[in-house]
Amino acid sequence: MQPFVKERGIVATLDRANVDTDQIIPKQFLKSIRRTGFGEALFIDWKRRPDGTPDPDFALNQPRFKDARILVARNNFGCGSSREHAVWAVVQAGFRTVIAPRKTTANGEVPAFADIFANNCVKNGLLTIELTEREVDQLFAVVAATPGLEATVDLAAQTITLHAATPVVIRFEIDPVRKDHLLRGLDDIAMTLDYEPQISAFEKTHDAQMPR
Amino acid sequence: MFSGAFARDLHPGIPVRYDLRIMPKTLFQKIWDRHVAGVMPDGTTLLYIDRHLIHEVTSPQAFEGLRLSGRKVRRPELTIATMDHNVPTDDRSVIKDPISKAQIEALENYCREFGVTLYGLGHARQGIVHIIGPELGLTLPGTTIVCGDSHTSTHGAFGTLAFGIGTSEVEHVLATQTLRQSTPGTFKVEYTGTLRPGVTAKDMILKLIGMIGTAGGTGSVLEYTGAAVRALSMEERMTICNMSIEGGARAGMIAPDDTTFEYISRDKRPFAPQGEALDKAIAFWKTLPSDAGAAYDRELTIDVNQLAPQITWGTSPGMVADVTARVPDPDGVPGYNRTDVEKALDYMGLTPGTPLTDLAVDTVFIGSCTNGRIEDLRRAAIVFAGRAVAKGVRVLVVPGSEQVRKQAEGEGLDKVFKRAGCEWRFAGCSMCLGMNPDQLKPQQRCASTSNRNFEGRQGKGGRTHLVSPEMAAAAAIAGHFVDFRTWK
Ligand code: SF4
Repeated sequence: MQPFVKERGIVATLDRANVDTDQIIPKQFLKSIRRTGFGEALFIDWKRRPDGTPDPDFALNQPRFKDARILVARNNFGCGSSREHAVWAVVQAGFRTVIAPRKTTANGEVPAFADIFANNCVKNGLLTIELTEREVDQLFAVVAATPGLEATVDLAAQTITLHAATPVVIRFEIDPVRKDHLLRGLDDIAMTLDYEPQISAFEKTHDAQMPR
Repeated sequence: MFSGAFARDLHPGIPVRYDLRIMPKTLFQKIWDRHVAGVMPDGTTLLYIDRHLIHEVTSPQAFEGLRLSGRKVRRPELTIATMDHNVPTDDRSVIKDPISKAQIEALENYCREFGVTLYGLGHARQGIVHIIGPELGLTLPGTTIVCGDSHTSTHGAFGTLAFGIGTSEVEHVLATQTLRQSTPGTFKVEYTGTLRPGVTAKDMILKLIGMIGTAGGTGSVLEYTGAAVRALSMEERMTICNMSIEGGARAGMIAPDDTTFEYISRDKRPFAPQGEALDKAIAFWKTLPSDAGAAYDRELTIDVNQLAPQITWGTSPGMVADVTARVPDPDGVPGYNRTDVEKALDYMGLTPGTPLTDLAVDTVFIGSCTNGRIEDLRRAAIVFAGRAVAKGVRVLVVPGSEQVRKQAEGEGLDKVFKRAGCEWRFAGCSMCLGMNPDQLKPQQRCASTSNRNFEGRQGKGGRTHLVSPEMAAAAAIAGHFVDFRTWK
């Protein structure tokens, strides 16, 4: 897996909450048995009008977001199914980072990203960054005011630097386990297989005890 | 943290901060602790997986990964495969779409190559992965189950820790029989009171999602407790646990009890313990329910005495209301901002103020891993018996498994459905996600017993309203939604 250390690129905004995996990659693309070829299908039902022509109203179709590498959206991004195809589509469309806000509700704060989606991102070297709603509002505003805005995401330093007329630096928090994985581009399976003797030992006792 | 005490038993070198064995534990903690195969240097837990269920859509890339790295399936006997998402539910003799066909063949080939048992197309046990798990006795209390599918939460109804994973994790489980996990939080949802006639488990879970929102359970394992849960059958419990993911939780659980044991003991389930082994297992399963005084990170109580049938009006399962309600104003929906609601109403073709019972349907889908079990079909059949589907309404009844189909046909339910004017199909996911040809056309309005009402979920431009089987059947007959409690 490609490590994520520091990345600079154009920032694109998608002003929608609860973007679900059915939207990120619709079911007809789940028939593929390959791991590649999903980039074009990203948000395809939003990208295209019913007659197949590009929908100019869809945010990511704007020329200024062409070749964007950082995607900013609203809360609960990636909810819905466990399909990793959604992450493959985001990555293969060129994105390296997705940013979304935690949301404050009557029941406390809810995370920016759905669980399984965020897990799948780590496995594919896609960085998800959770910010506050205010910080994300600010990002939307700066992007709107600065065509072609680029930003640098520095994972080691945990900062996003917006290269606007007046540069803005936003610090972010990240789970240290995820951070380490992304920085080193680790292969989980190889790492776990180092624990093979422990798994075997556990299995012996467990098999004897667990009715199944 | 919970893994500490147990990890010490296994690995004497690992320091322990507290001895948690004397503290009251939740159902979740008991199962988690028993499956800690190790604690990684980064603090994550290596969680042992007892059963791994796979299907054609999310596994081919995982097998390909194994093959490319020259790895094997560690415990093929703990891995069970079926085909459900992409299979035709009408004519099974040919799969017309060459890409679907290739995917189904890929699973067949990989299962053969890696020695995994497959309940494929044409097999008497084929069906939706979350329906066949319990049927086969693969789903047992106290165990861990994963599957590359978010609705794996269904199996939690048995007091099982069950959750959905992505394809990379499928590959990890195939290769190692473990997963690296950080400990989730616990969230207790207590349902008190007694359901009124015509109100169902589906309404209980939709109500919860409406209350906590579609991200409300993120990072947590839900445990459903209370008198109203204890009174439910296994089928109804599965309906509730199934939709835990729609509330953002990865897993939902219900403590096992006599209802659970009776279900497992019934019908000679091939993978369940039998005879003396079963008695021993039951004795163990009885130790699983949460201890008195066990602490949860969050708790919520819902009184079901006044619960009304629920119906979703929007494009997120949290956009849900009582059947007696009207289409809301864009500003009047807690948890959603104005633009979200406007977009949803626009997509759904709805005008604020319209009573939900005025909405006419042209399609009704009864099936899916939420409501495609025998009991769901029986309850729908009672509504259809001696009645006819309204003119112009298409009704698909799709059993969740071939076993359910057989059982339903044995009870004559298929005849009831067909006489009323419904289509009776073979088992599969069908119109729940419309990967096969069972799809809505743009702007068609569907009463669906499935679990997701996302834009385009049942077909591009299709409009989905999630309801219980009773509500769906009644809508099919009336041609529009009705309050099932007072209808006819
Ligand atoms: S029935 Fe629907 S929700 Fe269930 S596994 Fe199939 S597609 Fe997923």
